[in-house]
Amino acid sequence: MKKNVWSLSPRRKPVGALIMTAFLILCISTLSLQASDTAKQVTINKENASLLEVFASIEQQTGYKFFYSNNQVDIDRKVTMRYKAVSVTRILNDLFRNTTVSFSFSGNYIVLTVPRAEIPPVGAAPAGADAASQSLPEGITPGLTTTMPMVNEPVTIRVAGTVRDETGATLPGVNVIEKGTNNGVTTGVDGAFVLNVTDGNAVLQFSFIGYETQEIVVGSQTAIDVNMTPDAKTLNEVVVIGYGTQTKEDMTGSVIAVSQKDFNKGQVTTPEQLISGKVAGVQIVSNGGAPGSGSQIRIRGGSSLNASNDPLIVVDGVPLDNAAVSGTANALSLINPNDIETFTVLKDASATAIYGSRASNGVIIITTKKGAEGDKLKVTFNSVLSVSDVTKTVDVLNGDQYREVVAKYATDSQKALVGTANTDWQDLIYRTAVSQDNNLSFSGAVKKLPYRLSVGYLNQDGIIKTSNMKRTTASLNLNPSLLDDHLKINLNVKGVLSKSRFADEGAIGAAVNMDPTQPVYSDNSALGGYFEFTDASGTPITLAPRNPLSLLEQRDATGESKRSIGNVQFDYSFHFLPELHANLNLGYDVSRSDGHTNLPATAATVYTTAGSHTQYAQNKRNVLLDFYLNYNHEFENIESRIDVTGGYSYQDFYRFEPSYAELTGNGTVLEQPAPYPLKTQNTLVSFFGRLNYTFKERYLLTATVRRDGSSRFSEDNRWGMFPSVAVAWRANREAFLSDVAFLSDLKVRLGYGVTGQQDIVGRDYPYLARYTTGQSTAMYPFGNQYYTTLRAEGYDPNIKWESTTTYNAGIDFGFFDNRVTGSVDVYTKKTKDLLSIIPPAAGTNLTNQILTNVGSIENKGVEAVLNFKIVDRKDFTFNFGVNATINKNEITNLSKTSEKNSVGILTGGIAGGTGNTVQVHTVGYPAYSFYVYKQVYDENGKPIEGAYVDRNGDGNISADDLYRYKAPNAKLYMGFNPQFTYKNWSLNMVMRASFNNYVYNNTASGAVYQNVNWSGYLLNIPTSVLKTNFVGAENVSYLLRSDYWVENASFLRMDNISLAYRFKRFMHEKVGLSLSANAQNVFVITDYSGLDPEVVGGIDNKFYPRPRVYSLGINLDF
Amino acid sequence: MTIRFIKNSFLAGALALSFTACVDDLDRQPFYDQTSNTVYADFANYKGVLAKLYAGYAVTGQSVDGTADLSGFDEGKSSYLRAYWTLQELTTDEAVIGWNDGTLFDIHDMDWTVQDDYVRFMYDRIYYQIALTNEFIRETADGKLSGRGITGTNLDEAKLFRAEARFLRALSYWHALDLFGSVPFVTEDDGVGAYFPEQISRENLFAYVESELLAIEPELSAARGTEYGRADKAAAWTLLARLYINSEVYTGKKRYTDAASYAGKVIAAGYTLEDDYSRLFMADNNTARGIIFPISFDGVRTKTWGGITYLVLGPIGGSMSSANFGMKVSGWSGQRTTQTIVDLFPDADGTVDERAMFYTDGQSKEVNDITVFTDGYPITKYSNLTSAGAAGSDPAGNFPDTDFPMFRIEDVYLMYAEAVLRDGAAGDRATALGYVNALRTRAYNNASGNISDAGLTLDFILDERARELSWEAYRRTDLIRFGKFTSSSYVWPWKGGVKDGKGVGSYRTVFPIPASDIAANPNLKQLFSEYN
Repeated sequence: MKKNVWSLSPRRKPVGALIMTAFLILCISTLSLQASDTAKQVTINKENASLLEVFASIEQQTGYKFFYSNNQVDIDRKVTMRYKAVSVTRILNDLFRNTTVSFSFSGNYIVLTVPRAEIPPVGAAPAGADAASQSLPEGITPGLTTTMPMVNEPVTIRVAGTVRDETGATLPGVNVIEKGTNNGVTTGVDGAFVLNVTDGNAVLQFSFIGYETQEIVVGSQTAIDVNMTPDAKTLNEVVVIGYGTQTKEDMTGSVIAVSQKDFNKGQVTTPEQLISGKVAGVQIVSNGGAPGSGSQIRIRGGSSLNASNDPLIVVDGVPLDNAAVSGTANALSLINPNDIETFTVLKDASATAIYGSRASNGVIIITTKKGAEGDKLKVTFNSVLSVSDVTKTVDVLNGDQYREVVAKYATDSQKALVGTANTDWQDLIYRTAVSQDNNLSFSGAVKKLPYRLSVGYLNQDGIIKTSNMKRTTASLNLNPSLLDDHLKINLNVKGVLSKSRFADEGAIGAAVNMDPTQPVYSDNSALGGYFEFTDASGTPITLAPRNPLSLLEQRDATGESKRSIGNVQFDYSFHFLPELHANLNLGYDVSRSDGHTNLPATAATVYTTAGSHTQYAQNKRNVLLDFYLNYNHEFENIESRIDVTGGYSYQDFYRFEPSYAELTGNGTVLEQPAPYPLKTQNTLVSFFGRLNYTFKERYLLTATVRRDGSSRFSEDNRWGMFPSVAVAWRANREAFLSDVAFLSDLKVRLGYGVTGQQDIVGRDYPYLARYTTGQSTAMYPFGNQYYTTLRAEGYDPNIKWESTTTYNAGIDFGFFDNRVTGSVDVYTKKTKDLLSIIPPAAGTNLTNQILTNVGSIENKGVEAVLNFKIVDRKDFTFNFGVNATINKNEITNLSKTSEKNSVGILTGGIAGGTGNTVQVHTVGYPAYSFYVYKQVYDENGKPIEGAYVDRNGDGNISADDLYRYKAPNAKLYMGFNPQFTYKNWSLNMVMRASFNNYVYNNTASGAVYQNVNWSGYLLNIPTSVLKTNFVGAENVSYLLRSDYWVENASFLRMDNISLAYRFKRFMHEKVGLSLSANAQNVFVITDYSGLDPEVVGGIDNKFYPRPRVYSLGINLDF
Repeated sequence: MTIRFIKNSFLAGALALSFTACVDDLDRQPFYDQTSNTVYADFANYKGVLAKLYAGYAVTGQSVDGTADLSGFDEGKSSYLRAYWTLQELTTDEAVIGWNDGTLFDIHDMDWTVQDDYVRFMYDRIYYQIALTNEFIRETADGKLSGRGITGTNLDEAKLFRAEARFLRALSYWHALDLFGSVPFVTEDDGVGAYFPEQISRENLFAYVESELLAIEPELSAARGTEYGRADKAAAWTLLARLYINSEVYTGKKRYTDAASYAGKVIAAGYTLEDDYSRLFMADNNTARGIIFPISFDGVRTKTWGGITYLVLGPIGGSMSSANFGMKVSGWSGQRTTQTIVDLFPDADGTVDERAMFYTDGQSKEVNDITVFTDGYPITKYSNLTSAGAAGSDPAGNFPDTDFPMFRIEDVYLMYAEAVLRDGAAGDRATALGYVNALRTRAYNNASGNISDAGLTLDFILDERARELSWEAYRRTDLIRFGKFTSSSYVWPWKGGVKDGKGVGSYRTVFPIPASDIAANPNLKQLFSEYN
């Protein structure tokens, strides 16, 4: 087909100046979509062929379309070309050498231009085209006119209209063509077009990258408005993977990308909450309701016992250090969720192994938003106002009930303590909290410099009085392309300033335990006027609960953190070999934080020291250097595509915390600072490589290898090798399946890989024989002289990597034109050489618990995702996504010996006495299994106090009768995501369900009447005591370990409901506005008797309750 | 230009990366912590390491809490002294506690298992001390000292330190011998690493402790000839006397002559009795007479939630005032004694025998319910008041200055008397009677409590030991030596878990090796099959 096309944009010249001058003719047959990659390889062998033929060949091989004006490019010129697998760029360079024509790549187009002076004046700009403000959508070089009537055709009907996208926003750059002719235009910046067609029979064809092509018969219409719908089928999603990107259809591993449109909405203050409930195999459980508090993220269960089970989180190419930044509730809370564009979750080893030693627990790659070349300035403002409230509180005896219990169960001296008040202590510590979150962003491009700048301000109050976080964030992204797009630079800088006030969360427990018959205030000014239980001398009784309100109001604990994460990434495609890229990434993550806790002399907790002052500070500095080469080439003659990456990575983690003295309220030193500050550093050096091989577009192979060196291990054990291999088969591309009408996609994947773990929190030198210096409070006297002690530390000179072998088999499918899509994965993860803290044989080491490589653990599971487009009409859509994960965790070895009958390692400390534990790690059982006595019940099913099953039959209840009963981790967990749109309305929901997760109810287990007989004070009791009537006089340590307290905490939680309305764009369609209303933590359906069935670790002991949040949001853009 | 610059520097930067230099960064060393090579290169560090060996009995880590020596359990509860006291006292008629802490009730009920926390606290502390002392002894071997250029007086002092470390190791091995019987055996020859130590029989362990004490005897400082707090010859003699007097329990062999002989050596060293009994347990007891070997504490510089803090604050409860014990914080409502002990005294208020230090106000003598603090009398002997009546040095009133008298001369007097009673040839009976009456005269503040030769019986000695040494971690060993610990012929409230008391299996004279070490070391077997 003859091409009579125009665009004008001489390179490196101001865009606007050229636009005015041209009449352009556009003729593009259909748009096919290709990744814009100037490195595409072309083979041409033509003798005396016209330029047009060469263009056609290039178009065919690469998917590029040429975009030029007939009167500028002599397409009939004859050339002879013999090239084998060379870059397009090279061919074009040769073709236009010694001509005035220059070329540039823009999305899927190769745009041919000549400098302005050489353009023959063929016409004037059409009326109404405000050329200076025009721009094209992403992918098209800036500088395009709106109307381009055919010069040589007769003109009869003038048709005008506006093209919009699925959100109603105007869509510039859409190709509007009179079908079967060369007559066409593209829409302007306002989405408008004007086109003269021959007659009413003309058919207008609207096409745009990523959208379905529409055809409309002109008939008698002169105004035609069109709404384009995204074309999911052809959208070849590019997914960010480690050290590069890959198209979704070429992936061989278990990788899930969640983009902005699917993020959870409402009051989302920390990034991981954006995808809670969205991804199979990923469990995100918030640690509680404190402002900015983090979440426990688990990908496919935990593969470690004592090393970290957190996934590696990579932000714009910078792997973060998971350790908390002091002075904040959570390290991730320092990233503004509003800046995030996508989350990519790498789950199986074939996907994660490129991150080697840090990949055993999965990898989460976060990509932030960027500006795009050619974009006009776009300003977005959004604001969310939220109101949070506590959902429920622990049922405890009220004043009157408590007085009855005291009268019945207390000794005389205790009865004397009871008061006359009716105080609801829990009511006093909670409040309705208001928060606001405002974000403003600017994005666009200045010439060839795309940018995005955003600022955010969050002011979040916690539902516990006094808790608050104020966070200011700023983010700048620049991604210019230089050297004819050979050098792409991506610069990201994020900064945050956060100020928090931390409530004393001890108030939560104190409010449950505090005697309801006592008043809030007393006239005891020595204690700030707050009521406290004191002894005869007026000293607060150490073991009594403190006045919860005093704990909050008399405490001044604030922290401030500054953090910046940034990187600059250079991607250079070699001029002589454009399919070869070199990529250099230099990144950093630095933070400085400090804070203090001041308690006045009147605070009961520090009464005897007349107040206290403690402070802390921390500097962290992590730096990163990655360098890799990537070669990507299609070998047509063997129908193969090869994509090879090889590189090197260096990352260093440094942490410094000065030591401070602890002072009394009046400034006297209570405790000298530690002799040395904390200063610690560890380094990772890695070499990695990856091969992606595609054969016949349907057989895929990925192989990766990473060699990691960690400074945490001795020279002999320092290096670990982590290989992976995966294959995939795109079955629907096979001829024998191409006729199966209902099948739109089918891919089968198999993967294997070995990953490692070396993240031993807080231990950077575990292999060295170190001596540490004692503090001033642990000196030892000889005579009258006190000596600072030097302690030999336990160490394992042979400590090394923990390694996890993963097998994964998966299938991805789409049916009925992708109305039903989904995937199922089956996996096993076996971790050996666990970095475990275990008792060494007594006497063999300088500690009783050594960190060493021992034991193995196994996780097996199945994950499934299903997405349904149930209704897919223009005005009404209903999509439903569901994901489910079954994971089984088992410890398969825990000892260096073959000891089989060992109880294992006790863990899971509980409240009630000190040193009581209710969990155990035992071979053959899930980690953290509950280890309890079997409760005996009477004929009415009521538990009999003090009666447990004598499991070993020795006539005596002892620790030998403990047994393993259930575990905290859910056997099955699910996420549900229904999404509705109706006209301008949209409704989204997120629900999560969890089955057979068990929780030890520590609040209920402390409910015994004996609480009225603690010497000198009274403890309130949860009302569950009225059901059990447990007195707890004797052996409460047995009672505490009854299986009666281990409850099935299966639940269904409505996490999030969000309703949004998008207004029609106004002010000449320049301004978009949408409003949303949102409710979070709406309800929980569960049989669990405690406050919240979702408990990190499985022991429910009064954590910061998750609030119910209602929010209103407004979103403006122009 | 700019572009070229970027391009060039980018390429140059990428290529110029010295991979080997970056790989060298993997040799990270701690910034402040020393390694064993640097520590022992400087003699000035030696005393700091020695101080840690002694401190292991007092404190639980490198600070009050948070930098613990041992982990996996509560730091304060597991302090060496507190763990030792728990096993030696709470198993007996001398003490009960009502706390709902783990398996604490099992200790007094005498139905502990191989999984018992409190048994493990002691076991782990013992082996921590053994490992630390082994390390020091290894690093101060003659060859290493000369290799590091330690000479002259430094060399002499280093050897003295090493002898003291061997004393401390013998002390902990003696605790293992007494409490556990047959245990894993490691010395300085074994090193730090992953291996499975062999188990040593009770007889051989006895012989080892004896041989070590005899070997270091000449190397240690003269009795009362070194700094307060450090072990001297008298400490070694006292430990030998204790080893010998219990020899029949440990090995079946009677060594009473040796017991009397070493007790005599201690006494001959010139210790005198403190005039006022209570002075031995006060904040300034570092200046009291008769303490041979203490575990030292300080309210500001040597602090712990176990140790002496547990002994001073633990028994304060009911209507007791912390201020009367030199403390500002309130008590823990913990330890009391049983009526069996109270009844050993002519009265409970100390007017006749000043060693009857019981708090009776609002308390009942009978222990009907262990969990009720007011059942049973707390013993008030440990105090953070100085002999002048002032509170100890901690401004917060949290941590006492009081030292724990691990060995004191009164015990040696009574050991001498007991050895003579058990074997007439061991020593002189009249001398023995004189020692006993010296204690009684001090207790009664006159001779009215003195006994005659006819009154000097083994049963009297046991009771006198309870009167003199109650709550000083002797009772379990004493009851075993007198055959009264497990038998049904001698019972006390809640012995065996029943209110009136009952006998328990004789295997409970030793504690089991904790399950944690049975799992970690395949060479180990329980001394008594009942623990399997």
